[in-house]
Amino acid sequence: MENRGITFGYGFLSQESSFDVQFSLIEYDGSHSYFRAYLVGLLNTILVSVIGIVFATIIGVVVGIARLSNNYLIERTAAIYVEFFRNIPLLLQIFFWYFAALRALPLPEKAEPIFGVFFLTIKGFFVPAFVWNNLNIFIYSIIAAIISIVFVRLYSKKKQENQGIQTPVLSISIGLLIILPLLSFLLGGVSASIEIPVIEQLSQTSFTYIGGLKLPPELISLALALSLYTATFIAECVRAGVQGVNKGQKEAAASIGLTPNQVLKLVVMPQALRIIIPPTTNQYLNLTKNSSLAAAIAYPDLVLVFAGTALMQTGRAIEIVSITMLTYLTLSITISIFMNWYNKKIAIKEK
Amino acid sequence: MFKLVKRLTSVVAMFAVLFTFTTETMAAKKSKTLKNTQKKGFVRCGVSQGLPGFSNADAAGNWTGVDVDVCRAVAAAVLGDASKVKFTPLSAKERFTALTSNEIDILSRNTTWTLSRDADIGLTFVGVNFYDGQGFMVRKNSGISSVNDFKAGVSACTNLGTTTELNMRDFFNSKGIKYEPVTFEKADEVVAAYDAGRCDTYTTDKSGLAAQRIKLSNPDDHMVLPETISKEPLGPVVRQGDSVWEDIVRWSLNTMIEAEEYGVTSANADMMKTSDNPAVKRLVGAEGELGAALGLDNEWSLRIIKQVGNYGESYKRNIADTGILPDRGPNQLWTKGGILYVPPAR
Repeated sequence: MENRGITFGYGFLSQESSFDVQFSLIEYDGSHSYFRAYLVGLLNTILVSVIGIVFATIIGVVVGIARLSNNYLIERTAAIYVEFFRNIPLLLQIFFWYFAALRALPLPEKAEPIFGVFFLTIKGFFVPAFVWNNLNIFIYSIIAAIISIVFVRLYSKKKQENQGIQTPVLSISIGLLIILPLLSFLLGGVSASIEIPVIEQLSQTSFTYIGGLKLPPELISLALALSLYTATFIAECVRAGVQGVNKGQKEAAASIGLTPNQVLKLVVMPQALRIIIPPTTNQYLNLTKNSSLAAAIAYPDLVLVFAGTALMQTGRAIEIVSITMLTYLTLSITISIFMNWYNKKIAIKEK
Repeated sequence: MFKLVKRLTSVVAMFAVLFTFTTETMAAKKSKTLKNTQKKGFVRCGVSQGLPGFSNADAAGNWTGVDVDVCRAVAAAVLGDASKVKFTPLSAKERFTALTSNEIDILSRNTTWTLSRDADIGLTFVGVNFYDGQGFMVRKNSGISSVNDFKAGVSACTNLGTTTELNMRDFFNSKGIKYEPVTFEKADEVVAAYDAGRCDTYTTDKSGLAAQRIKLSNPDDHMVLPETISKEPLGPVVRQGDSVWEDIVRWSLNTMIEAEEYGVTSANADMMKTSDNPAVKRLVGAEGELGAALGLDNEWSLRIIKQVGNYGESYKRNIADTGILPDRGPNQLWTKGGILYVPPAR
């Protein structure tokens, strides 16, 4: 490297970055350091991955079960969706959702409000934002609700084991989740007002919305493309998992008087999950890594902000690429460890 | 008699030693890049992914543009044939890595010369082949006629990894305007997003704006604002540490500009060998030993002018006649009111 006149070092991370990023979860502008720019990119990558994983799982499970439906129409629709989306390269799908959808969306001044407060425009999805007073007390109340739900569940499980009486855990949990935060409003001095986006004229023909929360179209189309693509693979995992459970199990469960819902929840799913989880973990890892295609449509993820702009401005290719690789490795390993833990938890426990 | 013979042989031997010494230094002058280029038989040149006027490939894969002509000039000088160039299209993000990692030998890709790029990342800028500055493109019906009309909340589309990103921040910060930067890796996507209405303005070098405007669905609905917010001297770049190669590229570019200054064109270059002006004769290799100093033969500059043309011809062919920037502005010779001024070839 010395021959080529390249110096090596990580000192640049504390230098002023002097470039801006369009969308960030933490406060950031060009006067912050390159390290903070790295955090901005990392958080944006995590954000789009989490959104993608959540939606891919929901769509995947629904479609996977739909493929097993006895209804011909539902089964065929699900099958066509799976075959269509998993056989087109992801990058093309991202371009499609971005450029096709972008052109289909209205300009800010022509956007029809959804429920009067949501505005879906070419410049982004503008939603009302909460302006909080005493936000921390509200968060404590939610944490308290979650802890008490855990206790209720443990208690009801013990009760069922000892006395055979079932407690309606779900309704109690929902009740706790509503009542405790509500108390924080009434007694804890928490208050929230809603800030609705307002249209603002930038010039004779261009408009935007000010106030509220803005989700850039890049985030929406990337999350959409990632979840629709990955959901097809998850759907296949789910189908394989459910089909992998012996038919006799279902019949036996039905014969002891369980309702179809209980059969699915108590007998089929626990066994199917053992088959579903390991390949689904792979899909989560793929989705996280695929999110790096964001650079193609200007979503400021780790690759675009750090391995893109920051690399260009500093010229420190080796340092930045090594940090980026290590970061993706860490993200993937974290997901793997979590999924392996979950897999172990639902595995057959031989006693 | 014997003594005389002995003396003579020692003199001859001394000359022989001296001669080998000189050829040795001549050989040492031959740079590694030059040697590799001559061995391969083509010049490896990094260009843009398609910027009309600067480096753009037609349907048949023929590259044209003023940036392309710099590489062609080097090929003409070093290999004797301007067509012996292998072009590698690079994104703004890839360009410097491609050069430092030995993928290409010249980067001629509308690249701005800045201190940090020149000093910090193993590159050397050899000159300027286009004086540019950053500008803004807006829709004509927006009523924006000056950069002072921008308001907070404006969204600006641009290319990733360019000086544009930094200038844009400096500019909007100095005006105290909050803006939304939307950065794409490829120029075509910037154009598509701006065209769709994702951004209120498209900002890059003014020459780039003029060239990309043609790609919009209705070019006449858009205009470039008059203000220039930065200095962007664009020029070819080579790797640090090969000064002979650096000199060859620098003087290939200089030859094109000086040829225009002395009125030497691709059409009249051969006739200029008999010119009365010694500077012109040196330029076409009829006088002096300038080629040897670069490790080349003496016809190197003549080949550049004959095969590629002088700077004025290249500008006219690529930028003026294509309607991108008919007015040469600062890219005019210093003798004609511009700032093109190169050191003399002597």
